[in-house]
Order: sequence, then structure tokens, then C-alpha cells
Amino acid sequence: MADYLEEALGETDAADPTVGDTEIQNYTINFGPQHPAAHGVLRMVMELDGEIIERIDPHVGLLHRGTEKLIEHKTYLQALPYFDRLDYCSPLAQEYSYVLAIEKLLDLEVPLRAQYLRVLFAELTRICNHMLNIGAHVMDVGAMTPNLWVFEIREDCLNFFERASGARMHSAWFRPGGVHQDVPLKLLTDLADWLDTFPKLFEDAMSLVVDNRIFKQRNVDIATVSKEDAIKWGFSGPMIRGSGIAWDLRKSQPYDVYDRMEFDIPVGTKGDCYDRFMIRVEEVRQSARIMRQCLNEMPEGPIASTDRKVVPPKRGEMKQSMEALIHHFKLYTEGFHVPAGEVYVATESPKGEFGVYLVSDGSNKPYRCKIRPTAFSHLQAMDFMCKGHMLPDATAILGAIDVVFGECDR
Amino acid sequence: MGHSAPKIASNDGVAAKLGAALGAMLIDTVEAHDEISFTVQRDGIAAALQLLRDEHEYQQLMEIAGADYPERAERFEIVYMLLSLTKNHRIMVKVSTDEDTPVPTVTHLWPVAGWLEREVYDLYGVLFAGNPDLRRILTDYGFRGHPFRKDFPLTGHVEMRYSEEHKRVIYEPVKLAQDFRSFDFMSPWEGADYVLPGDEKVDAGAPSVDKPKTTEKPADTGAGKKANKAAAEKETEGSPAQDDVKAKKPAPKRTKSGTAKKASVKKGAAKKPAAKKATPKKASAKKAAKKKDGDKA
Repeated sequence: MADYLEEALGETDAADPTVGDTEIQNYTINFGPQHPAAHGVLRMVMELDGEIIERIDPHVGLLHRGTEKLIEHKTYLQALPYFDRLDYCSPLAQEYSYVLAIEKLLDLEVPLRAQYLRVLFAELTRICNHMLNIGAHVMDVGAMTPNLWVFEIREDCLNFFERASGARMHSAWFRPGGVHQDVPLKLLTDLADWLDTFPKLFEDAMSLVVDNRIFKQRNVDIATVSKEDAIKWGFSGPMIRGSGIAWDLRKSQPYDVYDRMEFDIPVGTKGDCYDRFMIRVEEVRQSARIMRQCLNEMPEGPIASTDRKVVPPKRGEMKQSMEALIHHFKLYTEGFHVPAGEVYVATESPKGEFGVYLVSDGSNKPYRCKIRPTAFSHLQAMDFMCKGHMLPDATAILGAIDVVFGECDR
Repeated sequence: MGHSAPKIASNDGVAAKLGAALGAMLIDTVEAHDEISFTVQRDGIAAALQLLRDEHEYQQLMEIAGADYPERAERFEIVYMLLSLTKNHRIMVKVSTDEDTPVPTVTHLWPVAGWLEREVYDLYGVLFAGNPDLRRILTDYGFRGHPFRKDFPLTGHVEMRYSEEHKRVIYEPVKLAQDFRSFDFMSPWEGADYVLPGDEKVDAGAPSVDKPKTTEKPADTGAGKKANKAAAEKETEGSPAQDDVKAKKPAPKRTKSGTAKKASVKKGAAKKPAAKKATPKKASAKKAAKKKDGDKA
């Protein structure tokens, strides 16, 4: 009390302003690898000054499985399912980069229906991924209900994946040259019905969060990233858009039929966690818009290239034609050969730029397949984004990055 | 129409323009599959990337990829993927290096390069001069070796398990119930570069024959007295005995020995490469185990 009065009167000891204070030291804590807010296996060594974060050293690689090395020992088709297992929250978006890279090396044309199907399901993947991330983010900062609601929507998405490919998560449905199987008409009509009904539930859930005082207190002005910093740190996806740069690969470098789609790119104004969150919310609406256009415009036709040196023949055809049988046998034992060369193909995955650097030596196996994960560069910026923030803000920042370790660690 | 991969701004004239700008730093320019890649001098990489970033609007460094080409003198290739947000264009810039020569860091240009360089160091063992924090990143704490090198086995050298006995996680040399099977689909007619069983005979040439072996007398057949006698009788009768004897008796013998030989050659050839593969793996595994032991001590 006496100190307080002295201070109020301006009678502090000028020579030693900290007289009487006990000296405290920074201490280091371990966040993760077993932490519910770490979104998987992330270990962060945090140096704290009281509750203020001084330094963060994220340790990644706890889920490193050597995917890229494994891919070098598999044929091009056998390597495809590994991509589902990278970012297991948005499997089809990862396959997308890989099949496009192969098609670019082969210079293979994809039929229009397949292109529409791929865009349709890539956008469904985006909704599915954002449902998980939005739910996890609000739960990280303390809200429970919206997470349960949006998981209902995610469940619907997974059911649609199952009806298209037979698998809820690891679909392996995009193939070089198109997609694996055509979808039944009923699935498309059900999708159209669902696109009319799910926004209501989604908007209900979001109405609980977006104007919520606690949610805003936890996110607004947290980890503000300027445009320059976003570029320097290699940000992409909602992270770079949150900083106010209208950069979306679907718009600027369109692949498949994205150039026929009409959609808007949301951008942030401040570059904080709240902006990143709201961008994901708006992207869900835009994805639904793209999906409606896909359903309206989707033509009839083949769902995969008719180049039998790449795409296997139909089973019915195999029963009739010797040549089809030989093609099938060759494709599922030896696989197809890809001309020598190297490409870097990046698509807009729900989390950002997901790239594949594919080097072919002309054989049936990739010589090198470098995967550019989105979370790697975002997570590297954790130290710079968290500095000076409180310990609980770290979970909000991590939630807004949208990190999945299958992809980060590969 | 061709492929439907992401469409970037046109490549027309970009290679020539940037190539001229890079000047003496440039070694090679490759434009293929709608991609442009520049190979630059190793020492000039930071300057080259800075030039591309500041003068030519390639603002973002999206990725640094390593690749291993063991047959080259400088076996590692480091590929920098640059993205221009304003020109909507991508290029690749490459340098090559070997195990010992460090590559200048670019962390002062883009902080994102820090982890990307760490990853290349971890997986390939490429050194980056000037990177302030060149630790391993993806592999385990205390991992040995650089796993993405082509000479590093897919299975690795050690495996890890929880030992109830030691009450901790322990590392042991890899033991596989079944070897990794890698099938070679190269067609022998389309440039496979290994020796197929029987190929060695091509260079050896056909065995030279000075004196063709003929069976003029029944004794020459070597079929035994009984047969000779029978044949002699037949000959006296004036029948074409020679044909009978030649065709029936020695012929099967010859083919038999022939096939047996071939089979043995095949077996030998098939075994050899397998044995070769196995030895270095074992040796290195032992080494790793030894190292571990040394650590414990």
C-alpha cells in the first residue's frame, strides 16, 4: 500500500525503480505433444515471462512417416493414397495437386464431366475441412455448442464422400486422367438438396460465435500479421487473405473448371485471428455457391480420359476385349510411364497452397516427389505471431492457422 | 487443350529476360512442361534470389526442395520455388552441391527459408552457410543419417519399441519378417541395363568347332555293346541305321544337360544381386547398433 501511495504521489526512488521487487525469472514450459489444443502432435517449447510469451520453439516431425521416400518406391497410382493421409481433414484437396502434376507431365486432357466432378468434390472437401477447423477453433477459445453443430455438417460431407468413393475419409477418388468412378444421379440431387438445407444449420452455429463478446475478446487483434510479413513468411490460403491480400489460386491460377465458376474471395482488414476465422466462414458460403454452379452446369460424358495407356478400362470392356485386358493388367502391375521432366503444381487446398514438385525420370515411379505442406511455413511463424501475447492466445493463434500434422510432418 | 493444371501467366520471353538479368550467375535455363527453371552458381544463389525478388517481383519463396542424383559429381540439387503475386507467375531456381560444400542461406531474404533449409539439411545433409538454426526438424531426436538420400534404405537402420524390461523406448537394428520387394518392370527389350542370364554367352561367341563330331561307325554313338551289335546287324541288312541311333540315343542326353546348365546359370544370377543388397544393409545396421551401444556407455 505504501509503495502504491508513493507511486501515486510520484515519490519513487529514481535511482532504483525496482527497489523492493523480487526478481523473477523467465520459465520454460512444454506445450504438447499431448495437448488437446495442439491439434495433433505438436510440441512447443515456450519461454514465458509470467503469462507473456517471450519465445516459442515449435518442434514438429513427431508424425514424420517419410511419405516422400515411400512414394519414390511406388508406382504413380500406388502413391496416390498417400496423399489422403497427409492432411486427413481434406483428403481430396491433396490428391488434386498430385493428379494435376501427373497430368501436366503427361499433358493429358481430362473430360469435362470429370473436371466438374473434381471441382465439386474439392469444394465439398473445403466445406468439410472448414467445419472441422471452425469447430476446433471456437472450442479452443472456450465455446462448445457450435462445434457439435458443425460436426453434423461434417458428418454429412463424409457421407457424400462415402457414396462417391466408398470411403469416408481416404477416398483415393481423383485419378490421373479424371476420377475413379462416376457418381449416381441420386447423389447429385441429394447434394443439391443438402446445399439448400445445410446453410441454415451453419448460419445458426455461426450466429452464436461471430458476434459473441468472448469470442471477439479472444480473437480480435490477436496475432496481427501485416501484408509484408505474410509475404515474407510464405503465407498462403486464408492466412494470406486474412492479411488483406486477395490471393486465391482458384482465381489467379485456375485449374480444371474454376475459371468458369463465379465466386468471391473474402479478404481480411486487420490480419488478426478473427479475420482468418471469418474468412473461413465466408469461404464455406462461397464453396456452396461453386458447388451449386457445378451441379447446374455439369455435362454428361466420360469421367476419365480414354487414353488407355493411363486410365484403366471398364470391367465390362475387359470381358469383351483382349486389348482392354492387357491394358488393365499392365496398368495394375507395371503402371504407366511418365515422360521425364519436372513440374511444380500447386492448388488451393482449404489450408493454403498445397504444392507437389514431381520429378520423373521416365520410369513408372516418381524419381522425387516433394510435397509442399501449408502448415510448415505457417507454423514457423508461430514464434513471430505469438511474441508478446498471453499463453492462452497461443491456442487461438494455432486454431486460426488450421494446422494438421499429417501434412506438416509428412 | 491439353492438361488442366493451374494456368499461370504466359511464359513467353520470361526465360530470356530473366536469363539476361541473371547474367554471369546463370549456368543453364530449362523450359519444359510449361515450367521455367534456372540453374545458377552456388555462391550466387542469394544474390540471384534477391535480384529476382527485388527487381522482378518474385515476392514469395514458396518452397525449397532437395533432390539427390548420386551419379552426378555434385549430387544434390536444391530447388527454390518462387511465386510472383503481382505477375501471377512461378519459376524455379536451382543450385547443386555435394555433401561437404555448404550453400549460402537465404534466411535474410525470407524468414520462411529457415525451416525449409532445415528440412533439406535434415533429409539430405546439405549444409547451409549462415542459417542461424540449422537443426534437424522432421526426424527423431538423435537420429543418424539423412533418410532421403538415395543410398539410405527405405526401411532405415533402426526400429523403435517400448521395452517392458527397460521401462523405456529402445532402438534396435531393423528386423523384417519379409524383405521389401521391389519389382523391376523394365523391359529387357527396352534398354534395361543389367545382365540377363545367358547374356554372357553373346560376348563369348559360339564355341569353335575344328573337327565336327560325326557318328560314322556304330561304335561312335557310345551307346554300348548291345546297341552296337544291333545296329551292326541292321546296317548289314541295309537299313538307314545311322538315323535311328543318332536321333534316339544321344539327342535326349544333350538337351537334358543343356537345360540343366541354363537353370543353374539363372539361379546364380538371381541370387547374386540379392546377396549384394543384403550385405551393406546388415553392415550398416550393425554399425548403427554399435553406435547406439557406444552412446549408452
